[in-house]
Amino acid sequence: MAHDEDVAGSERTLYPYVTGTSVIGIKYKDGILMAADTGGSYGSTLRYKSVERMKVIGKHSLLGASGEISDFQEILRYLDELILYDNMWDDGNSLGPKEIHNYLNRVMYNRRNKFNPLWNSLVLGGVKNGNKYLGVVTMLGAHYEDNHVATGFGNHLAVPILRSEWKEGMSFEEAVKLLEKCLLVLLYRDRSSINKFQIAKITEEGATIYPAYSLKTFWGFSAFQNPGQFAEGTW
Amino acid sequence: MSEVAMVVPHKGGFSFDLCRRNEMLSGKGLKPPSFLKTGTTIVGLVFQDGVVLGADTRATEGPIVADKNCEKIHFMAPNIYCCGAGTAADTEAVTDMVSSQLQLHRYATGRESRVVTALSLLKTHLFRYVQGYVSAALVLGGVDVTGPHLHTIFPHGSTDTLPFATMGSGSLAAMAVFESKYREGLNRAEGISLVSEAICSGIFNDLGSGSNVDVCVITEGHVEYLRNYQLPNPRTYISSRGYSFSKGQTEVLSARVTPLKQKEAVAEADFMEE
Repeated sequence: MAHDEDVAGSERTLYPYVTGTSVIGIKYKDGILMAADTGGSYGSTLRYKSVERMKVIGKHSLLGASGEISDFQEILRYLDELILYDNMWDDGNSLGPKEIHNYLNRVMYNRRNKFNPLWNSLVLGGVKNGNKYLGVVTMLGAHYEDNHVATGFGNHLAVPILRSEWKEGMSFEEAVKLLEKCLLVLLYRDRSSINKFQIAKITEEGATIYPAYSLKTFWGFSAFQNPGQFAEGTW
Repeated sequence: MSEVAMVVPHKGGFSFDLCRRNEMLSGKGLKPPSFLKTGTTIVGLVFQDGVVLGADTRATEGPIVADKNCEKIHFMAPNIYCCGAGTAADTEAVTDMVSSQLQLHRYATGRESRVVTALSLLKTHLFRYVQGYVSAALVLGGVDVTGPHLHTIFPHGSTDTLPFATMGSGSLAAMAVFESKYREGLNRAEGISLVSEAICSGIFNDLGSGSNVDVCVITEGHVEYLRNYQLPNPRTYISSRGYSFSKGQTEVLSARVTPLKQKEAVAEADFMEE
């Protein structure tokens, strides 16, 4: 296999082109809930408005990705192959979220070591045999698992909220409300997020990716009506 | 008659006086000193009777906590206070300077200072030292005759009028709390509780912020400066009995006594020859 230095013109990933913003994931009573908006930005342009950044993997897992969309699609192809081979064994066993997480970690880390990373932050969640699992793999190959995770801007805006308001055994409604709280803050304060979100759920029974919807925003603060009223030259 | 030569500073525009000297020094290899930054969470919000300001109390010098309990809410006028993030010396100096100017202005006009006055003085000063050389990001709040006002001032000199504001490295963590919980017409208790919740979010989620929560409540004719309103980072695991190191606590494995050399007694003193 030729190294990229041998081929005329290097083919390493240097920067991302079409990117997705934050993904948030939390554990709740029955399994995992994940949320992401459906935007694909091309630099500072909002190029694609209906990008599904969360996909079901096998029987037990849900993968959400932020970062380069084409790399996410490549990862889905790798995982497709992985699941296919697993199914071909036809032994009644199936890859659980822990195994997929580990596989992704190996892939990401090895790519980064070759200076040709897959420019994504991945959120992997799932339930197998009653055990809930939620983890993250970054483009550097760093991985961790927790009861609540977020990527990108979500780390700065959503994680503080999740750390103070997440609790064990939340119901579906409570968990969705918490996710929507975080999504609204991200909508207000992350310039690359759009008001079109998808929620995805995975439980022992199976996975569901709900259709996209919008959140209600509030802009009626009195200070926004005429900010320069008392202070000329201020915004 | 000798003329007194006074160096009169330029009235406006960027002051380039030290640029050549700085360039010469860095050419000779002198690295500019690192600043004591306040890597901070500062917040403010408008509630129904006035303004509540909040700040953490950690001052950092790179990765080290230089001051565990510094004061980031600065006095500007009896009815105006200002929280400062960025270089500690800059926030301190610029708020001190404007505070003095406001006092002189009060004497000259005979009236209570207005928040917009402080705002204009601060923004023109910061803009003069444009490129953000005076690295001060401020949250200015107060109540004057025109009502309660809250403004943010950025190091380059731009300002915003806002119902709630956060600045500093912990601003995103604090803003997450404000965006999800703020509404207009909060009462005093709710305002204070939301401000301290936002500061705590900064303290626990941002490495540049820490230690304690300071709160300042400004209403018409009355200011309450609640220094160390919350102390969410107490020292744990200290022995309440104190520490004692009594004899016999440490096992002696071996002992050896070495007498120090005897001092030679000088019988005759030799005087130095003059």
